[in-house]
Amino acid sequence: MAIQNNRLTAEQYEQNFSDIHPPFETHNAALVEANRCLFCYDAPCTKSCPTSINIPKFIKQITTENIKGSAHTIFQSNIMGAGCSKVCPVEKLCEGSCVYNLMDEPAIPIAKLQRYSTEKALANNWQLFERKKSTGKKVAIVGAGPAGLSCAHVLAREGVDVTIYEKESKGGGLMTYGIAAYKVTPQFCEDEVNYIVGIGGIEIKYNQELGKDLPAGRQGITLAKLQKNYDSVYLAIGVGLARQLAIPGEDLEGVEDAIKFIYEIRNTKYEKVNVGDKVAVIGMGMTAIDAATQAKRLGANEVTMVYRRTENEKPCTDVELDIAKLDGCNIIWLAAPKEIKGHGKVEQLVCSKMQLGEPDASGRRSPVDTGETFTLNVDMVIKAAGQIPYEALIKDCALNNNHGKLIIDANQSTNIKGVFAGGDAVNGGKEVVDAVQAGKDGAKAILNYIMPQMHE
Amino acid sequence: MANISSNFLGIKSPNPFWLASAPPTDKKINVIRAYEAGWGGVVWKTLGSQVKNVSSRYSAVDYGGQRVMGFNNIELISDRPLDINLKEITEVVKLFPDRATIVSLMADNNRESWHELIKKCEDAGAMGFELNFGCPHGMTERGMGAAVGQDPEIACMVVEWVMEKATIPVITKLTPNVHSVVPTGRSVVKAGTHGLSLINTIQSITGVDLDTFVPNPYVAGKSVFGGYCGPAVKPIALKMLTTIAQDELTGKVPISGIGGISTWKDAVEFMLLGAGNVQVCTAAMKHGFRIIEDMCEGLNNWMDEKGFKTLNDFIGKSVPTVTHWEDLDINYHHIAKINQDKCIHCGLCYITCEDTSHQSINLTYGKPYNTYTIKEEECVGCNLCKLVCPVDNCITMEEQRVAPEYINWKMWQEQGLPLNDH
Repeated sequence: MAIQNNRLTAEQYEQNFSDIHPPFETHNAALVEANRCLFCYDAPCTKSCPTSINIPKFIKQITTENIKGSAHTIFQSNIMGAGCSKVCPVEKLCEGSCVYNLMDEPAIPIAKLQRYSTEKALANNWQLFERKKSTGKKVAIVGAGPAGLSCAHVLAREGVDVTIYEKESKGGGLMTYGIAAYKVTPQFCEDEVNYIVGIGGIEIKYNQELGKDLPAGRQGITLAKLQKNYDSVYLAIGVGLARQLAIPGEDLEGVEDAIKFIYEIRNTKYEKVNVGDKVAVIGMGMTAIDAATQAKRLGANEVTMVYRRTENEKPCTDVELDIAKLDGCNIIWLAAPKEIKGHGKVEQLVCSKMQLGEPDASGRRSPVDTGETFTLNVDMVIKAAGQIPYEALIKDCALNNNHGKLIIDANQSTNIKGVFAGGDAVNGGKEVVDAVQAGKDGAKAILNYIMPQMHE
Repeated sequence: MANISSNFLGIKSPNPFWLASAPPTDKKINVIRAYEAGWGGVVWKTLGSQVKNVSSRYSAVDYGGQRVMGFNNIELISDRPLDINLKEITEVVKLFPDRATIVSLMADNNRESWHELIKKCEDAGAMGFELNFGCPHGMTERGMGAAVGQDPEIACMVVEWVMEKATIPVITKLTPNVHSVVPTGRSVVKAGTHGLSLINTIQSITGVDLDTFVPNPYVAGKSVFGGYCGPAVKPIALKMLTTIAQDELTGKVPISGIGGISTWKDAVEFMLLGAGNVQVCTAAMKHGFRIIEDMCEGLNNWMDEKGFKTLNDFIGKSVPTVTHWEDLDINYHHIAKINQDKCIHCGLCYITCEDTSHQSINLTYGKPYNTYTIKEEECVGCNLCKLVCPVDNCITMEEQRVAPEYINWKMWQEQGLPLNDH
């Protein structure tokens, strides 16, 4: 048993990481589905979209061959509408509430239709919004992820000059670094970022990390400096640190964070990414699924997902779970990691068998240790038990927080005047689409703050 | 099994479905294929003086993702030499003596031309004639087709010429491009036509190309008004048919119903409103002749379900139910009811009623599903909500008479009853 890379042929990698949700190939194909849309009033799909995209309208616009209008309708509510069409768990959002479900008919493929319009806009670089004349106001945004980009676009539209400080070398945040490659390609993420900044008035400064005492050689910026140089600051720094399991053996070679594992896949060539023969993935969220399926797609012989509750409590959707199952991943419910064993390297994962007890704070029945254990022979353990916020950084900046999650008021403002925040850094980690909405809310608050006379 | 065989003016066919005079009936090869598929009869594409056609000839209106909701054409009468048509008619009649092979005619505007054409066609074996007084494009510029049908006196004159010569049944086909089909209908019945058929196509422009700015169909940068047909014209045809069926003179002769008939259901509706048989074209041009199978089977099953043994058991049955507005019962009232178990919360009933009708539906906000209920005291019973509801039988109209007795508009006025309900 060993961890190694380059397990497959180029063709196999190509096939394993090709688009899992292929687009409509022709206008006709899109029309057939678009014409099924009932054009609901006060549509449940729209109400189930965190960014409230006017879905019936954009679908109707496909049927009238007003694709530009369709893309505009989408981007007006969600400037990352193209990316969201690929990564949103639509089965629990728009498509999940499509009224066709109530007729036991297949829901309108809203994501696929949204992709149809937005991909055309990106491919043709239709800039559908006109930036207003520069107001001379300047805003700094920290983080070029969905929340930051969304905030930046709204501000740029209103004539604000935006500078985004991004610690990575590419924009897009978790869209670029934290999602399975078969959902969005690195190229697509780059195209989407370029499309968004294409409106003008947005500059992204890469490899710039927010922090107080940076190690020598690392470029950085401080909140104080940003406050001084800009009219307002928006913090969209996300979450990033993987939650630790706090069990023996966690430091063995072969134990890896899911986020780091996915980041590698996104940031290097597939054949260069290491993966074990027998891999255990801990967790059952979207990130756990993305890690497990991609471990399998990189050529792992056996992937086992371990989750301490049952299928009923799982955080991922049924659709996601099906991807893992179809990829051949094993699933073990009611199993909590107890110890990782090995001599320098991972050899075994010992799990406690659990049972469900009383409901916990989340309302889900909490897992209780039965005292029994079982052991999996594995050479790699991927931890996907959730991400935690940058607590130390946030405390250093003297920002009010709840265990590292930024606290903002109803006006999106932190405790520091002129400093606003949103996205995963505030909510602890939700969908891309939630972050996009947070960015819009933040932008609105910032506009009120820097140009109160215009926005009252 | 019901008997769906038809006898129209003594011309027998195994079913009441004829193919209308049009491109599908222009040649022997088409007609043979139609008869092999099971069609009861054909009206051979119009014969007359030699003409030339142009290219292109057809255009269509699509709707909601469906092709050819409406269809139009600028094709003239048969552009094949008369001799070939006559020879092929003879061959077809010999091969299929049990089918109704009718020939459509449009001779030049003089007695001799009509007499000569009639003689030749009868000699060829035609079982009946249909006089084309309806073609709305091209031929009208030469004073033929609809130009004849639009003028009751000219139509009368031509029918008189025909009746002098014809020894087989004569059907006169009426144009809908008039404010009423009845005057010409009456005129040709007086002149002796044995039967009527309607409607021919309606003058139309199906659309304009948004790149070339030229309407359809396109002929070298120009277009002309074409004859409109297909499912879109059915309601207009049914209305015109009813006016003919209800007229005391024209209602006495057999009527062949035409206009957007695509299914057995459409055919039954025409027959209920007085058509003795029906003619089909656009549906066949869209799908081919195979549609005849379901037309026959569907008609048969429906007749069995309703207990009708022959076509005559229901032909014209709905004609008396079409009345004058002032005879309608004002005390009849029904109101909408939404079945909450079937409702899918699409809100279409609400928004149409709220924006365009009588604000008679309550909205109770929900996330993501709203609840919609009827304000019974506001509902005027217009049917709009039921019509737009995508779920069958989710919205039903429940009878709630204002008063038990019948009262119409005339009586209402005579009794001096209040006019303003609001």
